[in-house]
Amino acid sequence: MAKTSNILDRREVVATLLRDRKSLVVISGLGSSTYDVGAAGDHDRNFYLWGAMGGAAMLGLGVALAKPDVPVLVVTGDGEMLMGMGSFSTIALQNPPNLTIAVLDNGLFGETGGQPTHTARVTNLAQVAKACGVPNVCEIDTMPGIVALATSIRDAKNGLTVADIKISQDLLPRVMTSRAGAVLVERTRRALGTATH
Amino acid sequence: MSDRLVSREADQDWPGEIFAMLEHYDVRQVSYVPDGGHASLITKVHQSANMRAITLTTEEEGVALAAGAWIGGERSVLLMQSSGVGNCVNMLSLIRICRIPFLTIVAMRGEWGEVNPWQVPMGSTTEDVFGLMDIRVLRANTPSEVGGLIKAATAMVFDGGTPTAVLLAQRLIGAKAF
Repeated sequence: MAKTSNILDRREVVATLLRDRKSLVVISGLGSSTYDVGAAGDHDRNFYLWGAMGGAAMLGLGVALAKPDVPVLVVTGDGEMLMGMGSFSTIALQNPPNLTIAVLDNGLFGETGGQPTHTARVTNLAQVAKACGVPNVCEIDTMPGIVALATSIRDAKNGLTVADIKISQDLLPRVMTSRAGAVLVERTRRALGTATH
Repeated sequence: MSDRLVSREADQDWPGEIFAMLEHYDVRQVSYVPDGGHASLITKVHQSANMRAITLTTEEEGVALAAGAWIGGERSVLLMQSSGVGNCVNMLSLIRICRIPFLTIVAMRGEWGEVNPWQVPMGSTTEDVFGLMDIRVLRANTPSEVGGLIKAATAMVFDGGTPTAVLLAQRLIGAKAF
């Protein structure tokens, strides 16, 4: 794969992915990804993780399999995804066409002081996802690439996709979202029409 | 001679009883890291038209999956062996914080007749680990107990919303011989 550069503004990337989102469900991984999704605007179909590190992609799989007609986007970071790297294999085996995993990859554990992650030196998450059997894999380091991704992920028949998005290493201010997990679950269930009581 | 040290009521189809109860509650996403004790149930799940068998690389994936399934309106169950319970500990935060109706069925190792000592550290602490993470535990020691116990557990989880682990004792599954 071609050499990529980390220049994209993470907030601009996420705002572009979520603009005119229609029925899209968004799961955000803990840390900066949750702030980015929160900064793009709260929504009934947003579910923010504030813990359970490594679980964002699998949570997205559960939703995607249960709601095959609804596009599901997981927005997470390289650190969170590295912890759940095996889930690339698990998800590829199920191959839900309505699931996209967007990894905001800056090569840093931003929340804990900016320690370098494995992607900064040795690991390429796009190639990992490809080797795990994910059918659509891309590395994106330009905004036109993000705009194209934003269009494709709205289609629930788009095909399972992992996008490794090269973002700037700038550490941005936190944007707080609700941390009331049970409330957020019920909110998304009502929005999806799956609440039973 | 059997390769297992078995205390088994041979005509008791307890995996079938578990499967029937999962069908009754319309469980759709059955995730697992396999165990010999779950082999028959896993085969039934793979053959089912309504259930999706989801092979995991590590057990905590199944915890996060269950939360996603619930958000999407489907019921999920996680099948694993006792050594996998330790892998799930932090991910069980999701169950508690998000109040997910979580059911897991655990084939116990490291207890009755276990000759692999590496199974004992988690096998001997499985029940405590679930307790620490606020998951109720129901334990079946004999094949004849399984049917009633799985009925009770599924009602607690899917009718009552109480996260529950069902432990299938090594005595009922049979200890693996080497």
